[in-house]
Amino acid sequence: MGVNSDPATDPKKTTHLFFGPQHPGVTGNMSIEMWFDGDQITKAITHVGYLHRGFEKLMEKRLWIQNFPLVSRICVPEPDINEECYALAIEELAGIEVPERAQWIRTLVLELARFAVNLMAFGGQAGTLGLGTGAMWGITFRDFVLDLFEELSGARIYHIYIQPGGVRRDLPPGFENRVLEVLKKIEERLPELDRLVLNNAVFKMRTKNVGVVKPEWIEEYGLVGPVARGSGSVRDVRKDAPYEIYNKLDFDVVTETGNDIFSRAMVRRREIDLSMSLIRQILDGMPQGPVATKLPNLTEWRVPAGEYYSRVESSRGEYGYYVVSDGSLKPRRVHVRGPSYVHAVPLLERMLVGANIADVSNIMVSLTTCPPEIER
Amino acid sequence: MKFTDVISPFLAWSRAVKKVDTIPYPKQQNPGADRYRGFHINDTEKCIGCGRCETICENKAIDMVKVEGVEPTQGDSGLRPKVDYGRCCWCGLCIDVCSTGSLGLTNKYSWTTEDPGSCRYTPGVDKKSWDNEEKGFRQDNDVLGWAGSPREEMEIETPEKRIENFDEVVKGYTVQQAMDEASRCIQCGLCISACPAHMHIPDYLKAIAEGRFVDAVKLFYDNNPLPEMCGKVCTRECETVCAMGYQGESIAIRWLKRFACEQFESLADVLALDAQPGEPNGKKVAVVGAGPSGLSAAYYLSRKGFEVHVYDRLEEGGGVAWYAIPEYRLPAKGISRQMEVFEQAGVIFNYNKDIDSKLLTELEGRFDAVYLAVGLQKPSDARIEGEDIPEVKPAFDFLMKSPEKGEKLTGRKIIVIGGGNVAMDTARTCVRLGADVVLSYRRRIEDMPADDEEIHEAMEETIDFRPKTIPIRIEKTKTGIRYFYHEAVMVDNPEGGRPLPRPRDDVEHTVDADILFSAIGQTSDIEFISEAMQKEMEIKWGRIIVDNHQYTGYKNLFAGGDITPGEGDVITAIADGLRAVQGIINRLK
Ligand SMILES: Cc1cc2nc3c(=O)[nH]c(=O)nc-3n(C[C@H](O)[C@H](O)[C@H](O)COP(=O)(O)OP(=O)(O)OC[C@H]3O[C@@H](n4cnc5c(N)ncnc54)[C@H](O)[C@@H]3O)c2cc1C
Ligand code: SF4
Ligand code: SF4
Repeated sequence: MGVNSDPATDPKKTTHLFFGPQHPGVTGNMSIEMWFDGDQITKAITHVGYLHRGFEKLMEKRLWIQNFPLVSRICVPEPDINEECYALAIEELAGIEVPERAQWIRTLVLELARFAVNLMAFGGQAGTLGLGTGAMWGITFRDFVLDLFEELSGARIYHIYIQPGGVRRDLPPGFENRVLEVLKKIEERLPELDRLVLNNAVFKMRTKNVGVVKPEWIEEYGLVGPVARGSGSVRDVRKDAPYEIYNKLDFDVVTETGNDIFSRAMVRRREIDLSMSLIRQILDGMPQGPVATKLPNLTEWRVPAGEYYSRVESSRGEYGYYVVSDGSLKPRRVHVRGPSYVHAVPLLERMLVGANIADVSNIMVSLTTCPPEIER
Repeated sequence: MKFTDVISPFLAWSRAVKKVDTIPYPKQQNPGADRYRGFHINDTEKCIGCGRCETICENKAIDMVKVEGVEPTQGDSGLRPKVDYGRCCWCGLCIDVCSTGSLGLTNKYSWTTEDPGSCRYTPGVDKKSWDNEEKGFRQDNDVLGWAGSPREEMEIETPEKRIENFDEVVKGYTVQQAMDEASRCIQCGLCISACPAHMHIPDYLKAIAEGRFVDAVKLFYDNNPLPEMCGKVCTRECETVCAMGYQGESIAIRWLKRFACEQFESLADVLALDAQPGEPNGKKVAVVGAGPSGLSAAYYLSRKGFEVHVYDRLEEGGGVAWYAIPEYRLPAKGISRQMEVFEQAGVIFNYNKDIDSKLLTELEGRFDAVYLAVGLQKPSDARIEGEDIPEVKPAFDFLMKSPEKGEKLTGRKIIVIGGGNVAMDTARTCVRLGADVVLSYRRRIEDMPADDEEIHEAMEETIDFRPKTIPIRIEKTKTGIRYFYHEAVMVDNPEGGRPLPRPRDDVEHTVDADILFSAIGQTSDIEFISEAMQKEMEIKWGRIIVDNHQYTGYKNLFAGGDITPGEGDVITAIADGLRAVQGIINRLK
């Protein structure tokens, strides 16, 4: 037909541009095809596929245990949720009990990971506005946590530490104290970061009433995590369907009602405090005992046939694995379901309409868009 | 907007005068954590080349390669893992599953090289700067148990109950237990070369693990026609090299063979077409001796189309293993199940037929080849003063009469001299017949040639073990005999090898008894081979010397089993039979 009937993409009225996939303001590798009128976006379409590594398909070709080094790679900042979901599903299918101490250690690991992510994400939000110092400090704080992961698991990023039946090693001697030291160090310096980010006129102006997520969208899209909780939701898998030892910990779900980017940043900031509180509670209550249940011969391990959907609360919200076994040496199907699928495709496309072109990356980061979750 | 919001960010400048958090890399480098997953090391002396690291590596970063200076030996493939740092992701799975715990990761993580080829290297062989690094990610099998696990426990009768009768001591695995036990196998295959008959162990273990018991039995019969016998009494050389035995317990290979056979009433039916006579090739072979070695040769010759006639002076097949080993270890029901298979395969048996030198010459003329598998049928002399007293008897003869089937034991107090299987079987048989038994052995318990499990079970059965006792003499008393011995101390053997027992002092210790069984060993009885024939062959210590295919060097005469030098066990006898088949085929071509 050749005639463009949609005014939002009318070439005479709008400019047509790709943002990403190679752009420092884009989280991960994805791109947004945008049309804008002046500096206001009229239409946005997300494009993924730049990061596709075929995780789910690869998993069908590997022994059950061989997928642990793989699943951790689905999320660089927070590999542990992948290990946890995958392990939970296998444990359910194979009927494996996790010793109590291992459950506590796993919860510690999951909270340390969330802590590290939120430190980076909170600072990173400032980074998208050109406030690079905040971003750097957030990353520095995260690095202190990575030191702990290195000590615990032998690696800073891909921990490969949670295993079916428990964890791979016990805590190193004195580890608890070093965790407390890191918490103390970060806690002492957080006010500096707060002054730089939250009490910053630029940050406030650029994030308040920007990137609004309307509360009614939560149900409409199935929003989760800080994106939902920044708009008044109290959804949190840790509370709604407690796993590991979350039901033994004392905490309230963090929620804010501003609906905007600032509100989501606040949720993350308060999550940092919550993680510290949870970590301290865990260290206080940590029981003694074994940390792993013995598994069958790993190279001949046939996980009994069945299917299971495991879910945990990631730093981005509910995160799940649907695992199917046909009783053979390898998984029949593993499906990874991360919140970015919803947050970074339909929600982002909707939120960008009417947004200022300078806020694209600001909005994206506030949704903690994670392309590997979209293309597994 | 508050005024403080404008100035507060500037307070960040205060950081400018504080200690920086970053380090000036590469001038300053932080060492990796104590458990850091860095570069590989391997203790190549400890490594057995099982290849489990290669199997588990999801990135195919490990290749097992031949290494100069490391030769393949029993229990060591001679291969060592070579890692490719273009593929490795330092997950450390290879470390956690390493059968021996030889493989480790160091906490070294930074390395610069001009030679990209050196990023593929064999840890422990290709020298690296981190070779002696103490710290890093090492196996902790106590926590994980991925490198070795305990064996499925087999139910066993209590010592109190089992000495009351001749029922089998072990009760066998359940189906689930057997499948679980078999699935512990890591398929490294090191056991194959350790087994004298080179049975397809990993393959049949896999079959059992997957519940394919028919397949397992068929795999047994590829190179062992007495799998149930071996499943009960084999000396299981295979289990001594099992990779799972390093950090855990070796796979119960023997028990699993037993299990698979016991799943079927008739092994002949299971094998069906797989145990039929081969297409006749017009050649005839005579086999003297229906023991394990003769049976093995007969079965595979028949399968290859030879007409096979087996001769034995006894009433049934199975040889010494079947006659002498007591019911509680090798019950009767298994043997008939196995003998049916030989008949189905077309083997012709001639029992109650004693072969003398005349008959042997006749067989030799009538058949295209003869296989001598006559075993060792003569108990060795005890060489103790007083051994000709009638109450001093050869244990071997006693066992051959199957005492469990009615042979009376004339006496309540028994002494057994020896430390091998015959000694254990005699002692345990006597206990079951209601006797008190003293077992005297020159060396230490760990030097006993009998199977460890046998020794352990015998000790539980009220047998009075007297290791390190050197016999002096036996005297006749009014009611029986008196056995005199010295207590021994072990001294280093100047020629190397096991320490030697020497009398501790002049003190003569004594034990009174009704009967003394000497279980010192057996020798050959080759009088049935004519002197002329013997001259054409090489005979050493009463054993017939043969080549790799059991050929004696005389006409078309082959020999194997206990009558030739070897381990003196069932599986070696079977393996000799297999080799003889190849030898006969080659020679008659
Ligand atoms: C008490 C005891 C316990 C044992 N326990 C074990 C054990 O647990 N595990 C193990 O692996 N091994 C064990 N052995 C050893 C094992 O039995 C032998 O190594 C094996 O039987 C040797 O097989 P063969 O075929 O060479 O000879 P044999 O089994 O000795 O068979 C030879 C056959 O030839 C026949 N024969 C001999 N001369 C003539 C002749 N002139 N004319 C006709 N027939 C003749 C004999 O009657 C006999 O049947 C044990 C042996 C004994 C005595
Ligand atoms: S560390 Fe992991 S990737 Fe590297 S060789 Fe070992 S198993 Fe393979
Ligand atoms: S798993 Fe261990 S013992 Fe086996 S080949 Fe690899 S390094 Fe050697």
